[in-house]
Amino acid sequence: MIEIKNLHVSVQGKEILKGISLSINAGEVHAIMGPNGTGKSTLSNVIAGREGYEITQGSVTFAGQDLLAMEPDARARAGVFLAFQYPVEIPGVSTSAFLKTAINAKRRAEGLKEIDAMEFLKLVKAKTKALGIADDMIKRPLNVGFSGGEKKRAEVLQMTLLEPKFAVLDETDSGLDIDALKVVSDGVNALRGPERAFLVITHYQRLLNYIVPDHVHVMTGGRIVASGGRELALELEANGYAKYMAAA
Amino acid sequence: MAARSDTAAAVKDIEAYKYGFVTDIESDRAPKGLNEDIVRFISAKKNEPAWLLEWRLKAFRYWLTLADLEPAWAKLHYPKIDYQDAYYYAAPKQKAALKSMDEVDPQLVETYKKLGIPLLEQQIMSGVAVDAVFDSVSVATTYKKKLNELGVIFCPISEAVQKHPELVQKYLGSVVPVADNFFATLNSAVFTDGSFVYIPKGLRCPMELSTYFRINEKNTGQFERTLIIADEGSYVSYLEGCTAPQRDENQLHAAVVELVALDDAEIKYSTVQNWFPGDKDGKGGIYNFVTKRGACRGKNSKIMWTQVETGSAITWKYPSCILQGDNSVGEFYSVAITNNRQQADTGTKMIHIGRNTRSKIISKGISAGKSSNTYRGLVRVQGKADGARNYTQCDSLLIGSACAAHTVPYIENRNPTAQTEHEATTSKISEDQLFYCLQRGMTEEEAVSLIVNGFCKEVLQTLPMEFAVEAQKLVGISLEGSVG
Repeated sequence: MIEIKNLHVSVQGKEILKGISLSINAGEVHAIMGPNGTGKSTLSNVIAGREGYEITQGSVTFAGQDLLAMEPDARARAGVFLAFQYPVEIPGVSTSAFLKTAINAKRRAEGLKEIDAMEFLKLVKAKTKALGIADDMIKRPLNVGFSGGEKKRAEVLQMTLLEPKFAVLDETDSGLDIDALKVVSDGVNALRGPERAFLVITHYQRLLNYIVPDHVHVMTGGRIVASGGRELALELEANGYAKYMAAA
Repeated sequence: MAARSDTAAAVKDIEAYKYGFVTDIESDRAPKGLNEDIVRFISAKKNEPAWLLEWRLKAFRYWLTLADLEPAWAKLHYPKIDYQDAYYYAAPKQKAALKSMDEVDPQLVETYKKLGIPLLEQQIMSGVAVDAVFDSVSVATTYKKKLNELGVIFCPISEAVQKHPELVQKYLGSVVPVADNFFATLNSAVFTDGSFVYIPKGLRCPMELSTYFRINEKNTGQFERTLIIADEGSYVSYLEGCTAPQRDENQLHAAVVELVALDDAEIKYSTVQNWFPGDKDGKGGIYNFVTKRGACRGKNSKIMWTQVETGSAITWKYPSCILQGDNSVGEFYSVAITNNRQQADTGTKMIHIGRNTRSKIISKGISAGKSSNTYRGLVRVQGKADGARNYTQCDSLLIGSACAAHTVPYIENRNPTAQTEHEATTSKISEDQLFYCLQRGMTEEEAVSLIVNGFCKEVLQTLPMEFAVEAQKLVGISLEGSVG
């Protein structure tokens, strides 16, 4: 599904990612763990196509296409989704209006006609219910005055409605209490399937109790320093990152 | 091109007849320039009563004394206008009907599509002959008949002068006096066109005036004059303008709109202005100098202005309310968008005279490109306006780094019991907001349109429903190419 090869990325002349290689197949969930400031968010931003990052070496291929050559909105329409660590407030734009615009952008790319109002309402209602989102939340301006938990639920709601092929979850667990964590994880798990791949970026192993990964990678100093199965996350929880920091 | 050469030919003709024209009432154009004879010619053309000719002449003679007093306080820059180098009267030309939409300028058709204007309206607006299934004339007639039965007068102002002279004479110039300002004085001397509305006592006008008619009107004039009177206890909602781009051969526009609300009456006046803004380098484009004012003359009366200003090269416009009646209410909601080299200096005046008068001002200015956007507003509370209240909110949004936004609020309070509040913000569309929208698959243009519409929501939602949908799209279209 996605193939990252020897990716080097600099920000304002400073190298942040120093040769990341990662291959994720359809149906798999990979987790990247690591301490703060090791380039985890840089990786997710580069995948999504945010400006301000200089790619000095390497490649990212998504479903056979050169992802780095695509504009951010084209990547999104091709099926790349980023659940933001800090979802952005859009004053005056109701959550439902935002969702509808996003859904229609995708439908247009797929050659479908715009979703009709009734169909949209029905769809959103079903998905919000499953995510424990109150009906009035989608009437409020997107992310404006949302609690931390509401913001993350709104991210998962968007992901659910847009049905991406490949989703990156950037610190989705930050700021969540245990109940919200469960709801958000259930939302992600419901989307798992043979056609879809996930990259879960997190600082804590706690999230991985709920979203159980197939592969775990440890990232420090802009490199992946260890890869393994689920047990690697548990080991990190027990022993911390110290061992790997030294390795980097 | 054809239209332009027609005009050139017509101009040649007129020049040739320059000296003989005064007696020639049959001529459909007055020669270039402005003098008393031109004013008399216009009045004669309209077959006006003597009092109106005198009124025009008084205005013209006063205007001559203002020669060097064209307002210069606005934050606008434009070359000096030569008022002798313009035509002040031309009879509306009948355009040949086009046979199908295929004959219409493709660029115009593209804009219609983006605005979501139904094909039928597209055809009417662009002058395509509409088939018999929908006979526009008969629909208009049906509406007119219904309004007639209710006692509503809704007609061109020149027709009102003939049929209802007592109403026109009583109210014309009563809100915007002849000597009000340079442009209003000029308009008073030479106005040729415009609407007249009278709503009788106690009637809630059952339809938005001009929701339908807006697409059916003849080309609006250069010097429009509109007068709306809402008698005691009545209500009317009036729509002016059109979301579709308006092209006009006249560069200078100086309209006057007067509203009068008597006891317990309410007038809602909504404008969408999308005149030619000039090209990217600021060439061409309409100069729009408008005086709009409403008088809340009766107790408990209310006047509400909503404007969406996206066009014109120069916009000079301050729709105002004179809150004379006790407990009267004035509201002003504005979205002004400037892009490329456009300049707008717009806002409102709220003059509190009566007791417990209230006013609310919500202004949203969006500047992009190399444009300049100024909010200029006055809130004046006079000595007897006990308990007057005003709330003002001015928000500016900047797109790019070459544009400018200015807020110039004036507050004059002469009554210690009055309360005035002013809030202002200036912000930019953030990279974060844009990237977030792009990551959800929206194009940059869609993203800007969505964010700006959110910014303007409070104003757009005061527009009548069907207008609001088109206005939302217009907001997006006006900003095309402003990012990236």
